[in-house]
Amino acid sequence: MDRKIKFLKKKATEIRRLIVQMLAKAGSGHPGGSLSSTDIITCLFFAVMRHTPSDPQWSDRDRFHLSKGHCCPALYAALSLCGYFPKKELWNLRQLGAMLQGHPDRRTPGVEVASGSLGQGLSVALGMALAGKVDKKDWRIYCLMGDGEIQEGNIWEAAMAAAHFKLDNLCGVVDYNHFQIDGRTEEIMNLEPLVNKWESFGWHVVQCDGHNIEELLEAFDEAKAIKFKPTVIIAHTVKGKGVSFMEHVVDFHGRAPTAQEKDIALKELDEIEKIEETKGKK
Amino acid sequence: MESLYARDIYGKTLIELGKKDLRVVVLDADLSGSTRTALFGREYPDRFFNFGVAEQNMMAAAAGLASCGKIVFASTFAMFATARVMDQVRNSICYNNFNVKIVASHAGITVGEDGSSHQALEDINLLRAIPQLRIIVPCDAWETRDAIFAAYETEGPFYIRMGRAKIPTIEQKKKFKVGKGYVIEEGEDLAIIACGIMMNESLEANKLLKKEGVSATVVNMHTIKPIDEDLIVDIAKKHKKIMVCEEHQVIGGLYSAVCEVLARKCPTLIERVGIEDSFGQSGSPKELMDFYGLSSSGIAKKAQKFIRQHS
Repeated sequence: MDRKIKFLKKKATEIRRLIVQMLAKAGSGHPGGSLSSTDIITCLFFAVMRHTPSDPQWSDRDRFHLSKGHCCPALYAALSLCGYFPKKELWNLRQLGAMLQGHPDRRTPGVEVASGSLGQGLSVALGMALAGKVDKKDWRIYCLMGDGEIQEGNIWEAAMAAAHFKLDNLCGVVDYNHFQIDGRTEEIMNLEPLVNKWESFGWHVVQCDGHNIEELLEAFDEAKAIKFKPTVIIAHTVKGKGVSFMEHVVDFHGRAPTAQEKDIALKELDEIEKIEETKGKK
Repeated sequence: MESLYARDIYGKTLIELGKKDLRVVVLDADLSGSTRTALFGREYPDRFFNFGVAEQNMMAAAAGLASCGKIVFASTFAMFATARVMDQVRNSICYNNFNVKIVASHAGITVGEDGSSHQALEDINLLRAIPQLRIIVPCDAWETRDAIFAAYETEGPFYIRMGRAKIPTIEQKKKFKVGKGYVIEEGEDLAIIACGIMMNESLEANKLLKKEGVSATVVNMHTIKPIDEDLIVDIAKKHKKIMVCEEHQVIGGLYSAVCEVLARKCPTLIERVGIEDSFGQSGSPKELMDFYGLSSSGIAKKAQKFIRQHS
């Protein structure tokens, strides 16, 4: 188990490095939410989900849908590290004609459905879950939502329906970093009491530290065991997690790091990795 | 003359498709009795999903189902299948080029007594600018059936528009092909291009015109997108005067589509019969058709004036 955790932590740091690098290269994009969702995405792609990068269309794969499409750098990094496409594609992010678009697109192997316009993803995932039920398949669907995103009414239409249809093959994750473009969620449009909301809509709710690999893995295990209702994991996260000057800073919701900021960020991430390695040796 | 509800035939056609193809699933948003998707639901309850009054969820879920290989028919009233769900239709369905067939009923002024809030008169305009989406407005119940089959057989998203009222069966129809209109009657003095219920009104108008000693070529332009450019240019060259008839705003529908083709390829005198940039109101379908000048007599009157003005 320890080895698995260590492996996942290493992967997460690798993904964070790639996020910082590709966004600096692209000159635009969304680092804050990409970094807050990194550990969630790492757990899904490197431990939780059943998938075959060499055959992205394998019909029995678990599905992942990034409803908060603007955080695709984290997804792109994970997909490339899994082997869905060569890493060099990351350096063309957001360029004309690139396979990696500014928001997820089906031209990218591993992306099931394009996203970007917020609030639709849970419905898309619900559609996939219905398809799984119709076909009596055991694959699961994971849908990652932003906290600001769930202010969209469409999300709650999907929440109501997923419970109604008893979609226990559907697992939602809310990346609860408390920031949206205009500021803190508490100030712009308060989401609380968030647990009660999901519970009253008929969902099983699990809360965890969205940067604690052990807790995340346990939450996904719990979701898998719940029958006859969908599960949502409310992952408490830090916007910009892993880069000190991006943490809790709303400006980095949608601003790419400069070349200089990138170098500082990469140094910090190296430090984090070193500390983790020392911990492992003790 | 036979007169049928297009939606009755739609419901029955769905059952046929459901029987021959397990990939077919049907969605509705609490209007399954009216749209007739309930017929499919009774036959194949495991492949029918009622989303309640939540059209946005239905459309985005349709995309999710299609991403897993399903051929999805999603139905509600035209008002709620377009204006309410534009973003879901554009981004989740059309951008992904998914196999989602939006089949809407209760389009146009002939919704009648329910009034303006339920009279979708802008639906074609809203959808026409979305790439990859095909738009079909069948002229009767049997052409609706053809359109449903064509949509089923053709990869990608469709919008098929049906009305609420019974619709007379057009006897002189030709073989249906997506994107290909055809001449249904040959005439001398102008050409009328129409779709949907305006097909029958146009043919009736032509009878009135013939009594007055003039005649129209009448064209069935069931596919609004992709529009049949060749046919439009061909007709324009032959007739020099074109009148477009549709149960829709004159902004952004068939009339606009025809104008766009002619302005670029064959500038031609053109007139229109449609809703002149106004909202509808309550009334019986017949009263409303007369009031807004959409019925055969209104078409004939406008055609006469058009011919006189430019003779």
